[in-house]
Amino acid sequence: MLSRVADSLYWMSRYFERAAHCSRVLEANYSLMLNPGKLSTEQRWQNIMGHLGLDGDASRIEPQAAIMKLMSDTQVPSSIVSCVTSARENASQVREQISSEMWERLNQLYHEVVQTASNMFSDSDVMRLFMAMREGGYKFIGVTDASMNHGEGWHFIQFGKYIERTSSLPLLIDAVFSAQQGADDLDWVGLLTSCSAFEAYCKVYTADLKPEQVAEFLLLNPEFPYTARYSTEKMQHALEGIRHTTPGRQFSEIERIAGRLHASLAYAQIDDVMSRDFERFLANIIEQCQSLHAAVHKAYIDYPIESAFEA
Amino acid sequence: MATPILMPERAIPAPFSEYELGTAYDEMFRGNGRARQHYKALYSKLQSLPSDELMRSKQEADLSFFNQGITFTVYGREEGTERIFPHDLLPRIIPAAEWDTIEKGLTQRITALNLFLKDIYNERKILSDGVIPGEVIYTCKHFRRQMRGVKVPRDVYVSVCGTDLIRLPSGEFVVLEDNLRVPSGVSYMLTSRKVMKQTFPILFRKCGVRPIEQYSQALLSTLRSLAPEGRSSLTIVLLTPGVYNSAYFEHTYLARQMGIELVEGRDLVVHDNIVYMRTTSGLQRVDVIYRRVDDDFLDPLTFRADSELGAPGLFNAYRAGNVVLANALGTGVADDKAIYAYVPKMIQYYLGETPILNNVETFLMTNEKERDHVCANLDKFVVKAVGESGGYGMLIGPHSSKQQQEEFRVRIMEQPRNYIAQPTLALSTAPCFTEDGQIEPRHVDLRPYVLFGEKVTIVPGGLTRVALRKGSLVVNSSQGGGSKDTWVLQS
Repeated sequence: MLSRVADSLYWMSRYFERAAHCSRVLEANYSLMLNPGKLSTEQRWQNIMGHLGLDGDASRIEPQAAIMKLMSDTQVPSSIVSCVTSARENASQVREQISSEMWERLNQLYHEVVQTASNMFSDSDVMRLFMAMREGGYKFIGVTDASMNHGEGWHFIQFGKYIERTSSLPLLIDAVFSAQQGADDLDWVGLLTSCSAFEAYCKVYTADLKPEQVAEFLLLNPEFPYTARYSTEKMQHALEGIRHTTPGRQFSEIERIAGRLHASLAYAQIDDVMSRDFERFLANIIEQCQSLHAAVHKAYIDYPIESAFEA
Repeated sequence: MATPILMPERAIPAPFSEYELGTAYDEMFRGNGRARQHYKALYSKLQSLPSDELMRSKQEADLSFFNQGITFTVYGREEGTERIFPHDLLPRIIPAAEWDTIEKGLTQRITALNLFLKDIYNERKILSDGVIPGEVIYTCKHFRRQMRGVKVPRDVYVSVCGTDLIRLPSGEFVVLEDNLRVPSGVSYMLTSRKVMKQTFPILFRKCGVRPIEQYSQALLSTLRSLAPEGRSSLTIVLLTPGVYNSAYFEHTYLARQMGIELVEGRDLVVHDNIVYMRTTSGLQRVDVIYRRVDDDFLDPLTFRADSELGAPGLFNAYRAGNVVLANALGTGVADDKAIYAYVPKMIQYYLGETPILNNVETFLMTNEKERDHVCANLDKFVVKAVGESGGYGMLIGPHSSKQQQEEFRVRIMEQPRNYIAQPTLALSTAPCFTEDGQIEPRHVDLRPYVLFGEKVTIVPGGLTRVALRKGSLVVNSSQGGGSKDTWVLQS
């Protein structure tokens, strides 16, 4: 597969996941924001806005305006509109590589999001955009699974999706935990909902909401698709798939980083993790994801040509 | 132009009641309003259809084009809207005997053009023998000095050619121009055939239409036949300028149909005069490039330095014989509109034959007598810039204002080498289904696609382009033209 094509598939998937993540987090917090305000919320809110890419002054603007910015401002690179646009741009570069159903879904979602975002008159339009993103997101994921060869390109798509999930989750957890004073049950529900994980959490721990359990579930649960551990396992799986289709490429560095990252989650215990430097633990996940991205990029996309004559 | 004769038989049913026969040759009707033999099946089919049936078929066909993604992007608005390529529902039908002549004529022509290119870039005999003035060649902006003495596989310079034919009022097909650089449109030929088979399946079978679906395989074998010798497994790629090119749909379509990789310049790496593409499995050597990028942009080291569409070093790899480009570089010298005028002489010179397909009478503005004649009668001529294509840089005399004519007169005087003139021709007309549900005549041309590798292959048919606006003579898609499926009959 052409390196450029693999790169576009990867970024299409990452941007798409980024938009979906942003939409989930905003939707959950929008609903929290509608409750009567309490003092402790503000810091968490600002942290979350920061996590989603609104920094400094921008994160201190009025909540409704901040949400609008993150939804529909094309000047904010991490806004839903910007991410969906980038995902579509990448997809259009490789239209002949993805299935036509995937392109149609993504294109439709793009038009829906752009249209809704450019005509937001009422509060219910905000909800409409969340809904479009949620429904469109599931459809796109479903059609990707069902209509495309599960070959090399598909593995790059999977890798993009799960590396994005793995690296955005620690930031979100950190944003909430670093300002957890005064957090009540509703705030924890909000965090879980940000990861579509509330119902799944309840099936494991019942509706008993404890910060350690929430952290344990989101980071270490091996069965739920939005947890860090699950995502790293899927990443490893995707990378193995890529390795099989590209014999002869240097894989050891990638294998090492992915393996270490996975082990750090698979063999961790939550009390252990939280009693030490929790912030460091979270930061470490993100750093490993960054090195993994760099290693994959160097091995498959932008390798020095001297290293690669005649495959 | 003579006053149009209304169809004598006003009794014929609804869809044809607006059909006016002019001075142009009509593909379907004789002068007396009777359908020609090879159109009879279609004619009676159209009469037997309930009036709204055609409209429904048209909508279904449009939808089918849309769903297949056969669209082009209209720019200007922020999002860029997609429109389907305008397509006419009614096929253009060519009887077997006429096609036979076309096929022979095109084969003769491409053979002579290739011999000409070989000669021009090597011994230049045709110049020393005084058949063509050297001046014309060296002043052509598509002449590539860099190609002198370069060995081209099988001596095939032009392996993919799209020749535009028009039919004169006498019924004779003549060549309007040759497209020897990167001709496009073949994907419209293939996709519109697919749609027509869905629209008129029984009629199609009844008529005995020769198939064209083998085009992609034929193109692939043509490319394969040009490959450098001694390579065991070949990598053939299609080089596209990228998603923003108006023919990008065609590039993806052909790449997919042939099962070859669609690459952009940035995917290619040249090292030690060998071309590689950058894949996730490492660098993979490329043997044949079906390039849909113009000469100028292929290699910033040799041609335009600001081009990002090509690959640095590509030309040297090509000259070293390590990679094949189809078409070769510098083929534009043979489709320059002033050099076009000499093609009949080339056929005579290289093959010792008389041309089977004639040229349109062409006046060279470098010739003083011809220039004076044209400049005095600009309202009767079509003036074309020699290096342009796509209907740009053109003056259509009868449809032009005094001011436009004056502008062209000045331009011709300043740069006579840049212009040629041809008499205004009445392109033949064919029945088209109009938006208000009528069938009316519209002007058409015909672009068959000629492949030249080990042998000459021409799939029977081609792209019939149609000027959808009433009375218009411009068929280019960039100027409001559409397409029609072309049926070449078995017998």
